Amino acid sequence: MRNIWIIARKEYKSYFISPVAYAVAFLIFLILGYIFFSGLLYASTQQQYVPDVTIILSPMIFIFLFTVPALTMRSIADERKSGTMELLLTAPVRDGELIVGKWLGGYLFVLTIILVTWIYPIVLNQLIQPGLDQGLMLTGYLGVALATSTFVAIGVAASSLFSNQIAAFFTTLGILLLLWIISNPAQALGPAGGALLNYLSLSDHFYNTFNQGIIELQDIIYYLSITTLALFLGSVSVQVRRWS
Amino acid sequence: MIRVSGLTKDYGSRRAISDLTFNIEKGEIVGFLGPNGAGKTTTMRILTGYMPPTMGKAEIGGYDVIENSLEVRRIVGYMPETVPLYTEMTVFDYLKFMADLRNIKNAEDRVDEVLELVHLEDRAEGYINNLSKGMRQRVGLAQCLLHKPEVLILDEPTLGLDPAQIIEVRNMIRNIGKDHTVLLSTHILPEAQQVCNRVLILNKGRLVAEDTPEHLQARLIGAQRVGLKIRGDISDVIPLVAATPGVIGVTPKDDDSLEFECSPGEDPRPLVARAVVQSGFDLLELQPSNLSLEEIFLQLTREEPPVPSVDDTVEITAEE
Repeated sequence: MRNIWIIARKEYKSYFISPVAYAVAFLIFLILGYIFFSGLLYASTQQQYVPDVTIILSPMIFIFLFTVPALTMRSIADERKSGTMELLLTAPVRDGELIVGKWLGGYLFVLTIILVTWIYPIVLNQLIQPGLDQGLMLTGYLGVALATSTFVAIGVAASSLFSNQIAAFFTTLGILLLLWIISNPAQALGPAGGALLNYLSLSDHFYNTFNQGIIELQDIIYYLSITTLALFLGSVSVQVRRWS
Repeated sequence: MIRVSGLTKDYGSRRAISDLTFNIEKGEIVGFLGPNGAGKTTTMRILTGYMPPTMGKAEIGGYDVIENSLEVRRIVGYMPETVPLYTEMTVFDYLKFMADLRNIKNAEDRVDEVLELVHLEDRAEGYINNLSKGMRQRVGLAQCLLHKPEVLILDEPTLGLDPAQIIEVRNMIRNIGKDHTVLLSTHILPEAQQVCNRVLILNKGRLVAEDTPEHLQARLIGAQRVGLKIRGDISDVIPLVAATPGVIGVTPKDDDSLEFECSPGEDPRPLVARAVVQSGFDLLELQPSNLSLEEIFLQLTREEPPVPSVDDTVEITAEE
């Protein structure tokens, strides 16, 4: 546990000296800010429409889908490239601890970005009557936090496969996008196949519940188990690469 | 301290090391000598727990490198050949991170201590990015000393340094070797000669010789070579020397001297001297030329080891 925290802390700090991380954070705030602004503009022209927190949360999770791969791509691939992986793998640290530490560091950075976006609901709360639905907001943010934990875990696992960051980026993006749209043909596949695809979908577990103010245990379990699975596969991949 | 038996590692179809067996006792400084691609780094990576061997067994301090990998990693300090560092960190932060990973008490004090040991106190707050190659090497050395390891494994610790730095690092290793077991690899012979108590010569993944630098040298002087210099034309004495009993070969050298080879166990120098002087030549010099370790190394590593067994190979080499 101690090692996980040490690696996570170092990883978290390293994001703050990484130009890519700053570029990604800038992109997220720029796009979200613009979406927020245009949402408010639209609301001001409508009589009956009162905007809620989902004007931020729905696009935010989608932006993370594309930006988390850019944040996590270097996590292990870069260690391999620069040779520092040899230091980590010959230090008294288990492969699993390394992966979980890497994930935790990256996830804490994403949580930091999410925390900053809290400014939008606070502003929105001032603008609308009778104020924001706090339950919906908290539920939505919980959903974003859970989903991004899965994004980061998949990103770290993919990064452990490569010594090239770009390859790690596209692999992560590919897996995330596939899981995002995997339930599209659900209706055509009959009840059993459809249920399976629905269960696997990264997006359904967010949009159908958290984004509507509903907390379902099975959604929480889904995100946590995919996160765990990804981290497990990541540590297996580190182990396998030792043998080759 | 280090016990290796039958160690073999394949990369795909290529065999990087083959059936290595050797022991290293506590307190020894042992040099791994061999040309590039001989399997030095591979062996070290196996010993440090970076990767498992394909076959065979390796133990450090009684711990198996596969089954008790974490214990092995705890007592080993390792500096990889490329001296990988987090260049975006300061020297202090980097060492602090590595010390934390090794669960060192009072990590910050210990970091200060090792920085003093490698004379980098004044660069502690500097970014690794801005350090010269030699300084980075010292940071790498500091890193592997952090936890006061029982065994130090250094892969080409002087690679890429300028002569002054090389001397400095060698002295450092010798000092460290006073209370650590050290295994270092090098392809520079004088280095092995200066620093090590014992040398393991590796070629194409096989151990071809294992001895002290002195013995290794003595072993090859079975057929002693002697240099001879006279006033005047050297070619005049060639038939004379060649005819002396106990001389089995004569080779003229460029610098107007010659070298003759003696049959093993015989010392024909007095006979040669007498013959030369009696024939009216002025004898200037008669000097046994020891093969330098460099030549031994070339001789040992140039030829393919003809037999699979390590012991046999050594003997054949010795009989030459």
